[in-house]
Amino acid sequence: MPLIMILYYVISMYLIVLLLWNFFKEKKSVNDMVLYLLVLIPLILRILRVK
Amino acid sequence: MRRIIIIKILLSAVIAAIMIDGGIELYKHRHFQLPIVAGPGITKVKKLSDYCESLKGTMADTYVFFLEGKEEGGKMMIMSNTHANEPAALLAVLIFLENATVEKGTLIIIPQFNQSASRNTRPGDGYPLYFEIPTDWGSKKFRMGNRDASWLDQWPDPDVYIHYPDRQLLSFIDTRNTNRTWPGRPNGPLMERVTYAAMQIIREEKVDVAVDVHGAETMFPVTNCIVAPEKSMRIATMTTLTVKAQEKFDNHVEPSPPGFRGLSHREIGDFSDAMPFLLEAPIPFLDQPTGPKTVELLLDGKDPFLLSLSKKGKLFVPYDETGWPMDKRVGQHTSVILELMRQFTRKFPEKALQVQNAPKYAEVVKNGVGYYYHDPDESDKKSIYMN
Repeated sequence: MPLIMILYYVISMYLIVLLLWNFFKEKKSVNDMVLYLLVLIPLILRILRVK
Repeated sequence: MRRIIIIKILLSAVIAAIMIDGGIELYKHRHFQLPIVAGPGITKVKKLSDYCESLKGTMADTYVFFLEGKEEGGKMMIMSNTHANEPAALLAVLIFLENATVEKGTLIIIPQFNQSASRNTRPGDGYPLYFEIPTDWGSKKFRMGNRDASWLDQWPDPDVYIHYPDRQLLSFIDTRNTNRTWPGRPNGPLMERVTYAAMQIIREEKVDVAVDVHGAETMFPVTNCIVAPEKSMRIATMTTLTVKAQEKFDNHVEPSPPGFRGLSHREIGDFSDAMPFLLEAPIPFLDQPTGPKTVELLLDGKDPFLLSLSKKGKLFVPYDETGWPMDKRVGQHTSVILELMRQFTRKFPEKALQVQNAPKYAEVVKNGVGYYYHDPDESDKKSIYMN
């Protein structure tokens, strides 16, 4: 795997952590909770090398 | 506080269920193996990585089949699934792989040229993941691919694709399109390595004719045609005139634009001694103004919106209630390939190409595509290649 691709996987993992952090921190808005989880889907599928 | 935790748990469970359900489907599609039953004409099987070491172990590596004749002659290389969402190409090439025998010359066939794209899909456009072709022994299942290689195999895309070696600026997405990355390089992005390996086959095996089989929208003028550069023009013209006159289907020649780089019909001719030809047959499924992208539309090509546009003269191919069935598209490809061989042999008799047991248009339309595929369960296991 080329270095640039590895870096993009690292960026994806960083974004996943960021989204999960925001999801757990969110106390009021259910809309925002749903939004964080939906945005997570493609990132998780990518790091699992599914899509 | 407790209420928020319950909501979060419920939301996470729902999203996880959706992701797992969809993810399993996508994973299965990417790892679905198509059994190819090697026919009596296959004499040697290699892989693309035999011609470009850096492809070894990647999802882009794929089989290269050789059908060598009893007598020496010319050499033709045929590629399908350069764009893996144009399946008539693969179906036509499989007919040659599973049935044809070569009398004179050599055929080199790469059925899944963009192997990565054949394991990719376009869920946003509602592409089906699979389609099935009915046969005498059941049905043969194919995975439906995408135009471009998967991001799982080549990522990220650049902002702009700078073509090698001309440095022409192309769309970023074309960095994963194996009909923009010719002639390629051994240390470039993965798709450039795929086209480089094909160029190495052409150079090392001294290929005379390279045929890249495609499909194109009915609303796109470059359809139902052979795209050819200057050096291939005479044979392409004779081929289209002959199939039109003798086999009664529409076909014409489109010149390969010299200023548009990266395409097989341009770069193969410029970077080798081979004559390139790119074949296009209509594929209504790829047109934009259609109904849902269903398997039925893919196979029968019937669409009410295209029919309406046809009546207004907006299509570049004849189109009526019968649509544009797969059998017709595949038959056109087999006939044009066979006629290219015949015309090449007429021009260069010392490099003759002579193939038997490959059906022409009328036979494919009459018998159906599936008639020519063999049951993997009933075939010798040694002759099956999972591709």
